[in-house]
This record gives sequence, C-alpha cells and structure tokens, in this order.
Amino acid sequence: MSDSTPHGLHEGPAVGQDEWVARHAERTLLRGGPLGTLEQRLRRVPWWAWLILFIAAFSLLPVFEQSGYVRRVSFDTVLYMLLALGLNVVVGWGGLLDLGYVAFYGIGAYAYALLDSDKFGIHLPTLVAVPLIVAIGAIVGLLLGLPSRRLTGDYLAIVTLFFLQLFQTITTNGDSINGHNVTGGPNGILRVDPLHLFGHDLAVQHGGVFAVSYLYVALGVFAIVFVALRYVNESRTGRAWRSLREDPLAAEAMGMPVNWLKLLSFGFGAAVAALTGTLFASLSASVFPLTFYFVLLITVYTMVILGGSGSQAGVVAGALIVGPMLEVLRDASKSRVVFFVALVGGLVLFSRRSRGLGIVALATLAVGFALHAILGAIDSSWIAGEHQGGFAGVVDHWVVAPAHLARWIQPASYIGLIAVVLLVTLVQGRLRLVLLVPTLYLAAFVWENVMLAKPEPARYIVLGLMLIALMILRPNGLLGERRVEII
Amino acid sequence: MDQFIQLTVDALTLGSVYALIALGYTLVYGVLKLLNFAHGDVFMVGSFIGFGVLQLLGGTTDPVVPIWLLLVTITVAAMAGCAALGVVIERFAYRPLRDAPRIAPLISALGVSFFLANSMQLLFGATPRNYDTFDLANASLYTRGFNIGNVHVALLRIITVVAAVVLMFVLWYLVNRTRTGKAMRATSYDREAAAMMGIDIDRVIVFTFVLGSALAGAAGVLQSLRVPTTVAIGFVAGLKGFTAAVIGGIGSIPGAMAGGLILGCAESYAQGYISTKWSDLIVFSILIAFMIFRPQGLLGRADIRKV
Repeated sequence: MSDSTPHGLHEGPAVGQDEWVARHAERTLLRGGPLGTLEQRLRRVPWWAWLILFIAAFSLLPVFEQSGYVRRVSFDTVLYMLLALGLNVVVGWGGLLDLGYVAFYGIGAYAYALLDSDKFGIHLPTLVAVPLIVAIGAIVGLLLGLPSRRLTGDYLAIVTLFFLQLFQTITTNGDSINGHNVTGGPNGILRVDPLHLFGHDLAVQHGGVFAVSYLYVALGVFAIVFVALRYVNESRTGRAWRSLREDPLAAEAMGMPVNWLKLLSFGFGAAVAALTGTLFASLSASVFPLTFYFVLLITVYTMVILGGSGSQAGVVAGALIVGPMLEVLRDASKSRVVFFVALVGGLVLFSRRSRGLGIVALATLAVGFALHAILGAIDSSWIAGEHQGGFAGVVDHWVVAPAHLARWIQPASYIGLIAVVLLVTLVQGRLRLVLLVPTLYLAAFVWENVMLAKPEPARYIVLGLMLIALMILRPNGLLGERRVEII
Repeated sequence: MDQFIQLTVDALTLGSVYALIALGYTLVYGVLKLLNFAHGDVFMVGSFIGFGVLQLLGGTTDPVVPIWLLLVTITVAAMAGCAALGVVIERFAYRPLRDAPRIAPLISALGVSFFLANSMQLLFGATPRNYDTFDLANASLYTRGFNIGNVHVALLRIITVVAAVVLMFVLWYLVNRTRTGKAMRATSYDREAAAMMGIDIDRVIVFTFVLGSALAGAAGVLQSLRVPTTVAIGFVAGLKGFTAAVIGGIGSIPGAMAGGLILGCAESYAQGYISTKWSDLIVFSILIAFMIFRPQGLLGRADIRKV
C-alpha cells in the first residue's frame, strides 16, 4: 500500500508507520514551485478553520438555492456525513468491520418514533428524547460489541451482519409481538413528531417548501459530533484505538484493555448513528424497516472507503461526493452528464501516464460517428432511439440507440462490456490502448441503452463497482491515512 | 407424528440445499481464510441460469428432451455458469487483494455481492421467476414418490436430497482422493509451506472457487425447482449458508454438511412448531450463540494462534 497522501507532515510518524518511510514520503511530497508553496500554506491552516469555512459555505446554500428539492438533498447529505463520521470510528479508528451499523441508525429512528408519536401516545420533549436515544444506541452498541471480545475479523463482521438481519426481522414482524403492534411491521410508524426546540415545533414544510430549519439543526449536530469525535480521537482512547487497529496483539501485550476499547468504539459509532436516526425520523415523520438495510450499509461504506477511512475530513468528503452522486444518478438526463464527465475525467487523469489516451479518445469519437453513420445508412430504425437531456445533440449523432431493443441485446451488451473491461485490465501496452476504443464506445452504448432506462439498479451498480475498484486501486481513499505494514 | 415426519422431510430438503451453499463457504474459507460474501449471489445467478436454460429447452410445459435429461442439463449448465463466474470473481476482485489487510477483501466481497444482485436486477428485473415444475409431465414430480404413514414424500424432494448427496460424495472424492484435492488440503493447512513444496497456489485457489461456485449453482437450481426465484434471494441464502458452515465448523467439509442439516431441522421445526414469522430469528440466534460459545463449530478445530 504505497501512495503519496500527506499525513502528519508536522507531527511525528503515526502509529504503525516506519520512520524512514515517513521521512522519505515527506521529502517526495514537498514539491517546489508556486503550487508546492500554496500546498504548504494550506497545510498550515488549522482544522477548525476548515470546519468553520465548510459549515459557513454549507449554511449559505439555502440562501442561494431556494428549491425545496436541493434543500432536502443537502439535508440528506448532512445525515450521510454524520453516518460516515460514526462508521469511521468503528472501521477507521477501531479497525473493526461493523456490518450492523445501519441497524443503530434504525434503532435511533425507531426509538424516536416510539417515544415521540401517536403510536403509544408518548410525546417526550426533544431535549429529553434525543439524549435518551443516544444513550440507548450506545448501550445496544456496547452489547453488540460483546461478541467482539471473543470474535475477531471476519467472524465479527458476520455477527454484526446477522444483527442487521435480526433488526430487519424484528421491525418487519413487530406488528404482532404477543398480539401487540409495536413497530407497525412493513407499514412502519407514521405521524412522528417533528423536533421541538426552544419552544417551537420545527415544521418540515414552510409555505410548501422544505423548511431550512432542519438543515441548520443537522449542520449544528454535525459540527458538534465532528469536534467531539476529533477530541476523542486525539485523546488517550483515540491513540489506543489506533494501536489496536494496527496490531491488536501488540496492543494487548502493552497492557491495553483491548476488549474494552473495541466495545467503546462500537458504542461511539452506535451513538452517532442513533443520533442521526432521530434527525431522520423527525424529518421524515415516518419510519419503515427497509430504509435501514443493505443498500444504505453499502452506501455508507462506499462513502467511508472513498473518502479514506480513518480521516474525518475524508469521510465527510466521501459523503459529499457519494450522496449527491446517487441523487443525480436518479435522473437520466443528469446522469448522462455525470457519466461523460467521469469518462473524460478518467481519461485526462490517466493520460499523465500515457500519451496514447488522447489518441484513444479521438479514435473512440471517430468510431462512434462512423458507426452511427454506417448503421443509420443500413437501417434507420437502428439509430432512431430518443436521447434526452444534457449533451443530447452530440450523443444523438454518436451513440447508436435502436428504436426497439431486441431482448437479447441488453444482457449481451452488458455482459460483453464487463468482459472487455476485465480483458483491458489483463493486457498491457499498445494492445490495451487499442482495446480501450471499443470498450469506451461499448460503455457509452450500454449506459445509453441499458442503464439509463433503469436508474435504480444502475446507480447501485456504480456503488458496488466503486467499492471493488477502490479496494484494489486505492484502499486508503482520497484523504485516508497511509498505512505501512512493518514486517 | 404426521406433522413431525412432514417437517423432517422439509428439513432434509432445506438442509441439503443449505449444506451445498455452506460447502462453498467452507471450501473458500478453508483455503483463503476469506468470507466470500458474494457466494449467496452466485447461488442466485445459478438459479437464473437454470431458468434461462429451461426456457431454451422449451420450458416445463413443452420440453424438447426427456425429463431426467432436462433436469440434468439445467443443473449442469448452472454449475458450469457459476463455476465460470466464481473464477472471474476470484481473479478480478479477490486476487489483487490477497496480500492486503484482512478487511480489504471483505469489503471488496461486499461490493461484488451488491454488484451482482443489482446487475441481475438491471438485466432481468425484480419479478419472481417460477420454474413451473408442476407442469412437468402432469405433475409427476409431485404425485409420484412414496408414503411414510400418511405423509407423502414427493419425487421432487427425493431428487433434491439425492442430487445433493451425490454432489457431496463427488466433492468428498475430489478433495480426499485426488492429487488436486491433496494440494487443496495442504494449502488450507499452511499456504506458505504448500507453496514452498511446489504447489501452484493460484491453481488451487481457482479450483476451490470452481468447486464452491458450482455447488452453489446446483443448489440454486435445486432450490428453485420448488420455490420461485428472484434477484433478491442471494443475501438471505448467503447468510443461511454461512450459518450452516459456522455451525458445522468453518473449514470442515463434513461440518458443512452436518451444519446444513442442523440448520434445515432448526428452521423447519421452528416454522412448524413455533411460528413462520420468527423462524429466521431463531435460526440467527442459534448462530450468534454458536459464534459466542463455540466459534470453532461442531467439527472444526479450535485455532491456536502462534505469534
């Protein structure tokens, strides 16, 4: 795992880092020139300045953008950021693979729904309910952590995954526990109270548009959680977690209370997730079991891995990228823009390594136009498919889109695309460049004709692919801590 | 008494399918020490390959070949397809991470599972696919068979159990009586030492994935002969197969078979005597209890870690 992310230039080498390796990386990192100077200046800005800047920028968003949709998406993104921060404690700092994480989010949401709705007629004040729920989350987290006393690695992962499944089973079948309807089953719990702060009910809608107040509450919670976790990480406990992550055996030999540390990281993660759950439940005014399932789990994991597990700024960045990306991919016309930007961006990024990529891009363009013209001349129905949205004008003349797809075309082209992509990763040199031309064109064809029609699986396919590709190409993500294994 | 016999028959059919899935987990875990989260989705793909080939052969209402050949063909096709899929997954998602920290291939496996399930949904939609085995030769798969007391044991169930037993026997033979099997066992025992003895580790691992995935494919077809399949079955099937593997002792082949049967019994009796709704809860509670009190399972050996 070698890479060039800067870490701790002005601190000593981190736990698990060989000093020589760290110094070497430092030397290669200190670039000269104006860019290098700028980079070093930026590095000197303290973390809290970045945080304040970030929150200020985020709070200004609703001022410039009035649409309720954008506000709602930014609120969801803040929730994702919170979830990513919580997961980062367990995965990034504790080094434990917790696949039951979203169950705690669910527990928080359900607890709030039970304590603040007409379901049982309980309406606890928000300032009582939320701390109570955070405590419940933390305690359940500690309890789930109990198996980790005996289980390590994969076994722990699976026990937590079963915990998620248990949560699902209980919430979906909870409409008849001894004849009592507790969780509302698949229909969930409706009419959950909004948050009640400083004598006001925070209305979700304000004049028919998503009210801004929830966004600010969520941002405030985010700031508090970020700072609190940051201090935890710099405390004795945080350092102990890092040593646990790097080498549990050595940590134990040094007299660290390994089991207690594991429990603690589970507890912290769970508490943050439960807190986020209360925000979610109060805003949506309803909770359903399937919200808290595998899809959300994978989404949060992709955020943490993409941003770089272990780095708070990293996982926030991951959430900022993945959350809106999933939202954009819902919409065919916007998702085409994302696709082509990603394609071109990828080519530009990798063209630093190989000049040939420019030629590849031109060749792909030429092949597309030629193919389009030839096929159009043979049978005009082969290119009669409709394109809508961004770039439609260009795409119309480039990507072949038959008016009626034969049934075999979709699976054949999709599986064919996977096959050529895998083939491209196997071959080297000029052959790879040549193969890239049909690969890129086929990718565009599949995107236009297969994926755009079904945004729901398509965007999750993108997530799954991101997760695999990240683990292989850049396991420490965008801003993650570099880990050097000393043997 | 009749109910008990009926539930036991159910348990055997369920258990044999679970055991086949569990074997895939156990084989891969034994050799690679990797939890292959994508295994459940390979099972799902197998059931779809079976469905596709069945349609190609004319479906169950109008098959172009005799019944026995039809059943054998769809099973073999699913096994072959899944074996190929397993090899591809190993080559591209796991092999690059073989020397990475333990957590990396697990996350990659999650990605593969998610990718497979959603790709299948993209291509084939979320509607359930029914093999319609009832239409096959005037429902003879259901009406024929034999009786124990008042309980009718359908031919279909007999076929499922017998097919599973035959496959397990073949696996036992391959692992214990062939050179490649010996290499597998050696690799499972100590990968580095095996490599130094001249065993081609990559080949062994590919072979392991071929075996495990083929069994999952067969399980997918056997299961779908009775129950309609959807693209979403992979997740829970994977969890159950894994449970069976852990109960028996992960890494142990007879353990996986025993675990599958125990799990089948637990689920079937829980459904019959307690409640259909909560049977999953009971199954998973058994697993968590096993994990905590006897992580090495029934037939596994406790790991002693040397430092």
